[in-house]
Amino acid sequence: MKEIHYADIVEKVAEMCQQANFELGEDVVNAFQTALRNEVSETGKDVLNQLIENAHLASSERVPMCQDTGVSVFIVKLGQDCHLVGGSLYDAINDGVRKGYEEGYLRYSIVDDPIERKNSGDNTPAVIHVELTEGDRLDIQMSAKGGGAENMSVLKMLKPSDGLEGVKEYIIETVRAAGPNACPPLVVGIGIGGNFETVAYMAKKALFRPIGERNKKPAIAALEQLLMEEINRLGIGPQGMGGNTTALDVKIETAPCHIAALPVAVNLNCHASRHKHVVL
Amino acid sequence: MSRIKIQVPFESEDGITSLKAGDRVLISGTLYTARDSAHKRMIEQLENGEKLPFDLANQVIYYVGPTPAKPGQVIGSAGPTTSGRMDKFTPTLLELGLKGMIGKGYRNKEVIEAIKVNKAVYFGAIGGSGALIARTIKHVELVAYEDLGTEAVRKLVVEDFPAVVINDAEGDDWYQLARNQFQSP
Repeated sequence: MKEIHYADIVEKVAEMCQQANFELGEDVVNAFQTALRNEVSETGKDVLNQLIENAHLASSERVPMCQDTGVSVFIVKLGQDCHLVGGSLYDAINDGVRKGYEEGYLRYSIVDDPIERKNSGDNTPAVIHVELTEGDRLDIQMSAKGGGAENMSVLKMLKPSDGLEGVKEYIIETVRAAGPNACPPLVVGIGIGGNFETVAYMAKKALFRPIGERNKKPAIAALEQLLMEEINRLGIGPQGMGGNTTALDVKIETAPCHIAALPVAVNLNCHASRHKHVVL
Repeated sequence: MSRIKIQVPFESEDGITSLKAGDRVLISGTLYTARDSAHKRMIEQLENGEKLPFDLANQVIYYVGPTPAKPGQVIGSAGPTTSGRMDKFTPTLLELGLKGMIGKGYRNKEVIEAIKVNKAVYFGAIGGSGALIARTIKHVELVAYEDLGTEAVRKLVVEDFPAVVINDAEGDDWYQLARNQFQSP
């Protein structure tokens, strides 16, 4: 039984929160460069150049790349042979978020109550998903999820008779409706199947997969590629200012579902696809 | 890349009506920040017959909720937030003399119509480029609603703040025009 200490989790999480906001992953920066080579619109190119410069500035000066430093979302895989010492996993993650956001001068974007809307003052609570796995590793993935793109995300229970065409149409319509509001070029996370609550989780989980990495199932990988091409023909472009770079990537996760059901969820991510990964 | 330099607050109507949807601009001068809660409070003050914290005439509002400034910095990261959330309040402010807004994303029909009627302009800044935009902000002063934290009203002095004209005083919409121009079958 491996012992993992509360304080170590706090430290790692605090570090991840800052890293996520200061340093855009290599996958995203590379995607910007590829997009810049392919973009046909002058304004679109101008926007991409500014995004590249912004990412560079954020990492060299250790300031947030975006003022919306996001809801801290965690997907944790906890090995069943781990023993956590000193407190609960949930408390440790929230303590890490508190520390990371305060020390990094990150913006607190959470209100305690959706109606009364008073800021919680430390960006907690984080959204934490825990999956139990074999082994003795504690695997933590973190994303700083911005509000603009999250607000344009959708979920619908389609009918099995809607089929693949219905699914595709719904996804493309979502991206079209989101337009500039979701800060394109986007990473589009999609869940298909499962049920009402799992489909949304799959869509979110898809966003944690690095840009350029396709789904392992060939048919789903092909669908990702096809949707990306169709989305990039919409003309929306970087920041909605026109062009052929509306999505940097499309990610799909699927799961078995009920004979009567065809749930689809689309979770949009802005161009600042901030995700970090550590293993303890 | 050619960019039109403009000065705010606007000094004449010509300065506004000469701007066309799709123009790339560099904005210098004074802006006021206000987003969701600040807008709600301003409208409540108007309903109560109170004075607003600043005179709207010819001014430009920037929809932003910056991150806290690190020691030695003027402001933290300061990119635009989604403007559509302010749509409900915007026509009232335009009628009171507001001439420009900077944010990102679509405005609704009522706002576009009010922009046209009141000869105003809506600029789109690059969502997420908060570190880059912060560099163009030279001075920050708290004006009102300190309790709202990041959502408080602040006066900013900016130099060459990059933006694109989205909705011009004639009612043209760059998001629509650009999409028509670049979409392919």
